[in-house]
Amino acid sequence: MADPFLSIQHVRKSFGATTVVEDFNLDVERGEFVSFLGPSGCGKTTVLRMVAGFEEPSAGKIVVGGKDITRLKPNQRNVGMVFQAYALFPNLTVAQNIGFGLKVAGMPRADIDARVAEMLGIIKLPQMADRYPYQLSGGQQQRIALARAIAPKPKLLLLDEPLSALDAKVRISLREEIRSIQKKLGITTIFVTHDQEEALSISDRIAVMYGGKAEQVGTPFEIYNRPATKFVANFVGTLNVLEGKVTDAASGKVQVDTQEVSLKGKLNGSKSGDTLSLALRPEAISLGRQPGRDSSLLGEIAEVHFLGSVIRVRVGIGGSMVSLDTFNNSATPPPAVGEKAEISFSSGDMLVLH
Amino acid sequence: MKSGKFWAWVVFIIGAAYFFIPLMATVEFSLRMRRGVHSFDAYQVVLGDPRFQSTFLYSVVAAICTIVLGVLIVVPAAYWIRLRLPQLRPIVEFITLLPLVIPAIVIVFGYIRMYGSNSPLPFLGSNWGANALLVIGYTTLALPYMYRAVDTGLRTIDVRTLTEAAQILGAGWGTIIGRVILPNVLIAVLSGAFLTFAIVIGEFTMASLLSRPAFGPYLQNIGANRAYEPAALAVIAFAITWGCMSLIQILSRFAPKSANRPN
Repeated sequence: MADPFLSIQHVRKSFGATTVVEDFNLDVERGEFVSFLGPSGCGKTTVLRMVAGFEEPSAGKIVVGGKDITRLKPNQRNVGMVFQAYALFPNLTVAQNIGFGLKVAGMPRADIDARVAEMLGIIKLPQMADRYPYQLSGGQQQRIALARAIAPKPKLLLLDEPLSALDAKVRISLREEIRSIQKKLGITTIFVTHDQEEALSISDRIAVMYGGKAEQVGTPFEIYNRPATKFVANFVGTLNVLEGKVTDAASGKVQVDTQEVSLKGKLNGSKSGDTLSLALRPEAISLGRQPGRDSSLLGEIAEVHFLGSVIRVRVGIGGSMVSLDTFNNSATPPPAVGEKAEISFSSGDMLVLH
Repeated sequence: MKSGKFWAWVVFIIGAAYFFIPLMATVEFSLRMRRGVHSFDAYQVVLGDPRFQSTFLYSVVAAICTIVLGVLIVVPAAYWIRLRLPQLRPIVEFITLLPLVIPAIVIVFGYIRMYGSNSPLPFLGSNWGANALLVIGYTTLALPYMYRAVDTGLRTIDVRTLTEAAQILGAGWGTIIGRVILPNVLIAVLSGAFLTFAIVIGEFTMASLLSRPAFGPYLQNIGANRAYEPAALAVIAFAITWGCMSLIQILSRFAPKSANRPN
């Protein structure tokens, strides 16, 4: 990346003796949508708050558009932010809320009105201008909060878990709306979430965070399919983990339970006799032998959950349990608990976790 | 259930009687100035007394100044403590309670010693200075009520997030307090203001010892020397208090709508 628009360089944040963010580095291109994904307490919101100016980094610097903003106050940064709790001003109408930043900037009244109308059009709530926040649903309030954040044309848009307080249906529709507005306006955006599905579905890139550090930064495809660490593999998506023992490092033979699978080319650095954690995504596994899948393991059906269009099956292999989903086919009855079963997969889909 | 309702009514009637019987007796007595008939003579005398008008006006102006000064001190202080210094809250609460523990007479004697005409801050050397000192003293007396009212109001809003939302939109501290915080605690400020008004209108000790022409010393003077006029004044004072309460109720309808106060 030759000229990043936002550059977070070696940022550290400590509260007393506790370090919550450690040597965090990230470059974001202009117009890019980057998500910070991680569990509670991983430091993702702290990094966002440092970009906003609400927290001052203990070390490192933050550069936006070539300008060092590390020591600037929040009201001098020209950054828009949407909060988890909406944070609309209860005493102001929707139009006054959206126009707040413009009024503070001293924009003439006519221009404010025009921009507010434009924003209401973008968020598809043109009839709500005179309502008060308490008269709106959670989803509507958050759309107003988004409009308020982008009305002053900020350089950067920060979204701090904006969908967490909403119900599932609204969450999905609003995240798609946020993404489409972001693309339309081309605004560089940082999105903080602990919901992997949210991050995977709308991000250009994801920074998976753990213990105050970025464990991996990559596209959703890379993060999901080529997790760099055990934490990323476990945190993003559902993962079946099997313990294996390297029986022949040279030919890539690994023993799982009492059965052998071949993982040629994946055992870099492992020696015969080493114990490994092997991971398989549920969608990479089929029940029974399938064409194109070069590896298989035998086990016993332990659980069968009928979920309508999908049947979730758990197969016991030695001491481990493997989950897989099969489509419901009315012509084929689901497998019965206790039946012997064979699962097949492509050895290329098996991840060796370090 | 029926028995519970019966006792609730009994308690209500006892409470109402405790409150209304003396009030009705006062009203009745205030109408007896003319021998043998009920009349408003006592009210005419009181309202026609130029000293009533001047002292009442003085106390109203003092009350308004006290409210303005109290709001200017308490709102930013309570806001800042909630936002940045929550660990100081118990200490500040204790300090604001001191005027309830320390009698006004102690405070005013302290003022007289500290701000006499020979002191470095000779407030008492001029009328304006003494008036200012009286307002400052009243602000201190009203502190427990004003602080609690504002602090309770601040508790109903998410002070930190609203502040951050305003900050990120470019607002400075003045705009944040004036356009975001104050309008959202207006009802609380109004109730604090009403309590302050009630305290100032009837306050005697400070006004008397600082020799200010306020309503409290006038009430005392009339009460000591007349029979029917004090009763009329008491009724007028009640009417003013109730008028204030009604005004606050009306104002609260026009106050900003809050997400915490739906419909």
